[in-house]
Amino acid sequence: MKLYEFQSKAYFADFGIPIPASHLVETPEQTVEAAKTLGGRVVLKAQVLASNRDRVGGIRYADNPDDVYKHAQILLGSEIHGFTVQKLLVDEAIDIQERLYLAITNDRVSGRPVLIASTQGGTYIEDIALQDPETVLWEHIDPLIGLRDYQIRRLCSNLNLPRDLWKDFHRITWGLYRCYTNCDATLVEINPLVITTEHTFIAVDGKLVVDDNALFRQPEIATLLQTNVGHRSEATALEAGLTYIKLAGQIGCMVNGAGMAMTVMDMIRRYSNNQVGPANFLDIRGGATSERIATALDIILSDADVQTVLISIFGGITHCDVVARGIIAAVENINTTIPLVIRLKGTNAELARSLLQDSQLPHLIIGDSLMNTVHKAIMAAEGHMHV
Amino acid sequence: MSILIDDETRILVQGITGREGRLHAEQMIHYGTQIVGGVAPGKGGEWAVGKPIFDTVSAAVKATGANTSVIFVPPRHATDAIYEAVEAGIQLLICITEGIPIQDMMQVNDYVHRQNCRLIGPNCPGLLIPDYAKIGIIPGNIAMPGNVGVVSRSGTLSYEVINALTQIGIGQSTCIGIGGDPIIGTRMVEVLEMFEADPQTEAVALLGEIGGRSEITAADYIRSHMTKRIVAFVAGNSAPEGRRMGHAGAIVAGKDGTAQAKIAALSAAGAVIAEHPEQIPELIIQ
Repeated sequence: MKLYEFQSKAYFADFGIPIPASHLVETPEQTVEAAKTLGGRVVLKAQVLASNRDRVGGIRYADNPDDVYKHAQILLGSEIHGFTVQKLLVDEAIDIQERLYLAITNDRVSGRPVLIASTQGGTYIEDIALQDPETVLWEHIDPLIGLRDYQIRRLCSNLNLPRDLWKDFHRITWGLYRCYTNCDATLVEINPLVITTEHTFIAVDGKLVVDDNALFRQPEIATLLQTNVGHRSEATALEAGLTYIKLAGQIGCMVNGAGMAMTVMDMIRRYSNNQVGPANFLDIRGGATSERIATALDIILSDADVQTVLISIFGGITHCDVVARGIIAAVENINTTIPLVIRLKGTNAELARSLLQDSQLPHLIIGDSLMNTVHKAIMAAEGHMHV
Repeated sequence: MSILIDDETRILVQGITGREGRLHAEQMIHYGTQIVGGVAPGKGGEWAVGKPIFDTVSAAVKATGANTSVIFVPPRHATDAIYEAVEAGIQLLICITEGIPIQDMMQVNDYVHRQNCRLIGPNCPGLLIPDYAKIGIIPGNIAMPGNVGVVSRSGTLSYEVINALTQIGIGQSTCIGIGGDPIIGTRMVEVLEMFEADPQTEAVALLGEIGGRSEITAADYIRSHMTKRIVAFVAGNSAPEGRRMGHAGAIVAGKDGTAQAKIAALSAAGAVIAEHPEQIPELIIQ
C-alpha cells in the first residue's frame, strides 16, 4: 500500500529524519493561513499517490499571500496523473545547496534489501542510473545480519560527502532503515535529501510503500487503506482478499492467478485488435470462498464501463463449485443483464458446470478453450452476440 | 526419471489438518505420492488421511525418515514452518502458501540457501511428475507422462499449458511452478539446468511474466548452455505501466522487467515464442 507524502514524511520524522515544517490543507484559505505561520515562503505540494508531480506542475513555490492563494486554487481539484488533488502539503521553503537521493527497496535479483544513494537526486534519477550507473551507489543488506555502519561509511566516502555531515547522514540512513523494517516497507525513499545552504540535511520529499502481505501486523497503517487506495473498489477488493486494478476497457475479468489474469488481458487486446480491452485486472487468489467470488463479481459489475464479464478459473487450490456458487449468489442478488462468459476447469469443474446449468441464470455463455472463451467475450462485448 | 524427487523421497505435509492441507494431502496420497506423515502443532499422536500427525518436524523426521516437506501453513506462520523444517534436516521444501510478508521471505530464503537446502516457492503450486508423484496442488488428472518439462512462475498458467499438452497427446516429464512472489527459493534458470541434465526431458515449456529479471537470466542460460527446444510464453504484454511510486523500483529493475524485453531476450536466445498458452503444444511439436 502506498502512503501519501504527508503520511510518509510523518513516519520518517518518527524515526528521527528531519523534515520541513508543514501543514496539510484542503482550501486556498487554509493554504494562505498555513503559509503565514510558516514564514511566507512556501512550497505547495499536491498530495497524490504518484511520482513526478513536478513535471506536470504539481509542486509550486510561492512567497506572497496572493501567489499562495492563486496556486492553491489551481492545484486543488486539478487532475494529476489521473488523481484528483484534494489535499495540499504546505512546506516551508528550503534553501537548497545539493540534492541527494536515498532509498531502501527490495531487490528481487539478489533477494535482498538494497540501500541506494546518489548525489544526483531529483526526478530523473532512474534515467541517470541507466546512463551513468557509477553515480548511483548500491549497498545490498544481508537480510539476516541487517544494515551495518561500515556500509553507510562506505557510502559517505564514495559519495564524497563533507566529513562534518557524515554523522547526520548515518543518523538519517539508520532512521530510514528502521522505518523500512518496522513498517514492513517495500520502499522508503527520500528524493531529494537536501543539503541546505545552512549545511544541514532535510528530507524534502518522502515516499513509503508498505507490503500488502504484512498489513495484518501493521494495524496503524492498515487503517489508511480506505483513504489510500486509488479507486474505491480497489480498497474493498483488498479487504476481501482480492487483487483488483481498475482499467479502461469494457470486459470485466475474473481470473485466478496473476499470470493467467494478465494472459487473459493480453488475449482480449490481441484478438480484438485492440477494439475492446479489459475493464480491470482481478486475481481472486488461491482458495477463494463463495463470498469472495460474490464480492469480486459485485465489484466488477458495479463498474459502469463493463459490458461483458469473462470468468476463467482453472481450479487447483480453488474449487470450481465454490466459484459457481459465488457467481450464482452474486447474479441472483444483482439481477444483471450483462452477459457472463464462464469457463471453469480443474478441481470440481463438473460439479460447477451442473450447478450453473441448474441455476437457470440468464445471460450465461459457457466457454470451452481459453481462446474460444476470449473470442466469445469479445463478441459479446462488441454486441455481435444476442443472449 | 524426473527432476528433484525419486524413490527415496519421503514427504511430510506441514499444516496437514488445515482445510487445504488435508484436501491436498489426500489428493497427493491418492496420486501415489509417498506421504509419510503430517505436522500440526498440538495434534501430535492423532491421524489425518491415514497418516500419523506430529507436533514438531523433528519428531516427524525421527519417526518417518522424511527428507522433503510440503507446506500448507498460513502466511503468518509459514516462514516459521520453513525454519523448523530446515533445522530438522529436511532437504527439499515446497511452500504452497500465498501472502508471506516479503521481508520475512528474504530472511528465510537466505537461511535456506546457507543451509544448502532447496526451497520451491512460496506462492507456488509445487511439483507434478505425471503418474509418479505430486507434491503440491497441480491437478493430477490434467497431466500425462512424457518428455516435455514445464516451468512456470504462474500456477494457473501452467495448468492451462499442461492441460493443452495432454489434450493433444504430448506428455510431461516434470511440471514445476516456481512461484509468483518477488522472492522465491528456486529460480527459473536453476530449473532449466535441471531439465537440461534430465535425460527424460526433450523440450521445455517456459512460462514467464512481467516483473523481475528471471526470464532474462534464463535467456542467457538458454543461449549459452541449453541444447533442448524451448517454447516460451510471457504474460503481461498489455499490462498498464501502473502508477509507479518512487524511483527505486525503476533503478533496480532497469529496462528488463517488461514483457517486451523478456520476449526479445528469449527470442534472441533461440526460444520459440508462443502468442498464447494454448499455442504452446503445436510449437513444441514443430
